[in-house]
Amino acid sequence: MAGLLLEAAHITKTFAGVHALRGVSFDLAAGEVHALVGENGAGKSTFIKIVTGAESADSGTLTVAGRAIHRMDPPTARALGVAAIYQNPALFPGLTVAENIALPLDGGRAFGRVDWRARRRNASQILKQVGAAIDPDREVGRLSMPERQLVEIAKAIGANARILIMDEPTASLTEREIGGLLEVVRRLRAAGAGVIYISHKLEEIFAVADRVTVLRDGESIATRPRGQIERGELVRLMIGRELTTMYPKRVVPLGDVALELRGVSNRTRGVRQISLTVRRGEIVGVAGLVGSGRTELAETLFGLTPPDEGDILVNGAAAAIASPAHAIRLGIGYVPEDRQRHGVIPAMSIAANTTLSNLAAVSSRGLIDRAAERRASTKYVEELRIRTPSVLDAVEGLSGGNQQKVALARWLSIQPAVLILDEPTQGIDIAAKAEIHEIMERLAEAGVAILMISSELPELLAMADRIAVMRRGAIAGIVSRSDATPDRVMALALGHAA
Amino acid sequence: MRREWSVAIAIGALAAALALVAPSYFSAENLRDIFLVNMPVLVAAIGTTLVILTGEIDISVGSAFAVCSVAAGVAAKAGMPTALAGLTACAVGAAAGAVNGALVAYAGIPSIVVTLAAMVALRDGLRWTTQGAWIADLPPRFQWLGVAQSTFPVVAGLASGLLVVAFAWAMRNLAAGRAVYATGSNAQAARLASIDTAFVKLAVFTAGGALTGLAALLNSVRFNQIPSNTGIGLEMKVIAAVVVGGAAITGGRGTFTGTVLGVMLLGAIGPALTFFGVSAQWERALQGAIILAAVTVDAARAGLSRTALVGA
Repeated sequence: MAGLLLEAAHITKTFAGVHALRGVSFDLAAGEVHALVGENGAGKSTFIKIVTGAESADSGTLTVAGRAIHRMDPPTARALGVAAIYQNPALFPGLTVAENIALPLDGGRAFGRVDWRARRRNASQILKQVGAAIDPDREVGRLSMPERQLVEIAKAIGANARILIMDEPTASLTEREIGGLLEVVRRLRAAGAGVIYISHKLEEIFAVADRVTVLRDGESIATRPRGQIERGELVRLMIGRELTTMYPKRVVPLGDVALELRGVSNRTRGVRQISLTVRRGEIVGVAGLVGSGRTELAETLFGLTPPDEGDILVNGAAAAIASPAHAIRLGIGYVPEDRQRHGVIPAMSIAANTTLSNLAAVSSRGLIDRAAERRASTKYVEELRIRTPSVLDAVEGLSGGNQQKVALARWLSIQPAVLILDEPTQGIDIAAKAEIHEIMERLAEAGVAILMISSELPELLAMADRIAVMRRGAIAGIVSRSDATPDRVMALALGHAA
Repeated sequence: MRREWSVAIAIGALAAALALVAPSYFSAENLRDIFLVNMPVLVAAIGTTLVILTGEIDISVGSAFAVCSVAAGVAAKAGMPTALAGLTACAVGAAAGAVNGALVAYAGIPSIVVTLAAMVALRDGLRWTTQGAWIADLPPRFQWLGVAQSTFPVVAGLASGLLVVAFAWAMRNLAAGRAVYATGSNAQAARLASIDTAFVKLAVFTAGGALTGLAALLNSVRFNQIPSNTGIGLEMKVIAAVVVGGAAITGGRGTFTGTVLGVMLLGAIGPALTFFGVSAQWERALQGAIILAAVTVDAARAGLSRTALVGA
């Protein structure tokens, strides 16, 4: 076919006897956005690694712009115009935007002189091309996440990339920022580039992709033009079975107020005058743009950065929460946003991770009863359906969804009154997401008060009894379940009149 | 656990070679000498293992060792019983460690910087105080802890052995041990799991200091005078042993078994050279090569496991 930028045929890859890819075929035309979807572990990342030359395929052929590539490695990929943009941009935070964009162009001339003016001119030209209003002299470390992503794209364009691979580029962006990014993707397409777009968020796929290929268990299951597939079918193809409802929130009778905030402020963290109640059995969602103070509020409640004003009441009693240990004693649990860095300790075993917040439960006088610890964590592994051969295995070997379940299990062991969840399903595949939602429901039914921070509107709308929308550190409005619509929540988050 | 095995195998290979070429290496006197020289290293290495497990480093061990040695000597000469002189050494070490620990944990200064400053300050402070003079004329009851010279290795061996076993057991079975590993593995996650990571760091530096004091005592009692410039380079010996023993310099991974084996291998290699008829000048170079080999194996293995993870 003419105009094919990339053609991968029957790609197979095995790691230590496990088939990561079995005969995946995929092609990309110039001026096309081709989405690649599938659950975590379906083989998307492995496929991308083969296209970028980070891994070599066991068998199959790779053709770039009509040329058969026998041995793909990263320099070859770069020379062929293949560039990948990941969720967390791989930029140098201490260098300026212009320098970052120029780096792939400099090649290996260690003693070549730097033409600063050309560099800056070049950078601003490329930035304009992707529609980014960023000063090339700014230090990348001071840019916001979406700005960094734009710089990453500009860097790829600067290096004459024709095939752009975007791997979950919107995972840390807000709805509005996503809109901007998708606009850039369309612009690249119009300029004749080919984009491989990977995302868990189906809205984005339907907004931007020309074709969709579904990977499941290392096989390419189907490739369809966007117009010839609808959501339900796509989800079914991805998980290989029908999900009746994506978000199965049941109605739970609400109990007493478990958590009450009266004018809580934390000036240094930018949290202002928060008043909010969460009842037993209730799930209160916290919406807002990135930077609106949601995580800061959670960290204030958990005692990481105690408030400087206002009152926090737990089960009706005033509590001056001064440290995480104090919060835990009061029955507050917190699953932070960055699972790998904060939620679990990857190098430690599942058993050690689940008991870490409550070692007292499995020990007497500071002495850990290892058998009791194994029993306790085995119970949670079964209850939460954590897929692992043994509770003594390190958490780092688990998939994202299972790691998140371990992070949750830790808090179940303290039988929390209040559970704060920060982006509980970010970067998790659909099936695991449904399981996490199911666990949240069971907790709510058991009378736990849940405060759920999320950037995913569908998740908030489906799971939350009420949604508190934050803007600039304060609550812009609280919307009840029956009144909540995407428009209403977004209007509050952005500060427009609804 | 694989690292411990490789070090044990290396020790076994060295022993086999020595048994063939120079069986006199295994004479009781030689083994006792090697043990006595390395026992203080082992005791100090227990402390450094704790510090490294939390992801920090202490390069002031050698200087603190000198200060503690002099403190023990001065206390003994002032008429204190040996036990009290030993406690003085431990207290001085603990105090120095606590200052380091507090600066690391609560002021947030990187430990390499804090302990570099401590290393210089303690060493030069000591030089200035003693004017370079050695502590001589130690009371006879201080020598060999007051036991017979032939009994001392037994006493010291039992003491250091018990210490290692106690620490190894505690790290596995006490909540405090879990807290040390968690802090070194991922301090922020540990904090969110209600572990007071700042206190953990303060505690390991303090414990490390106290162990340095004990090491100083066990070393001092072997001589009838205490040089005020003792312990130079001890921190490097200790850190090398811990690293060779498999502890990750980034924290969270490592065992006391590994540290014991590391001390044994690095301590046995120097005298072995003499027995092989190689110039002792090569000792340091060989130790360096062993450290390099150990970390290279680590890096290679980390590379392998990274590749394997891709399939997951």
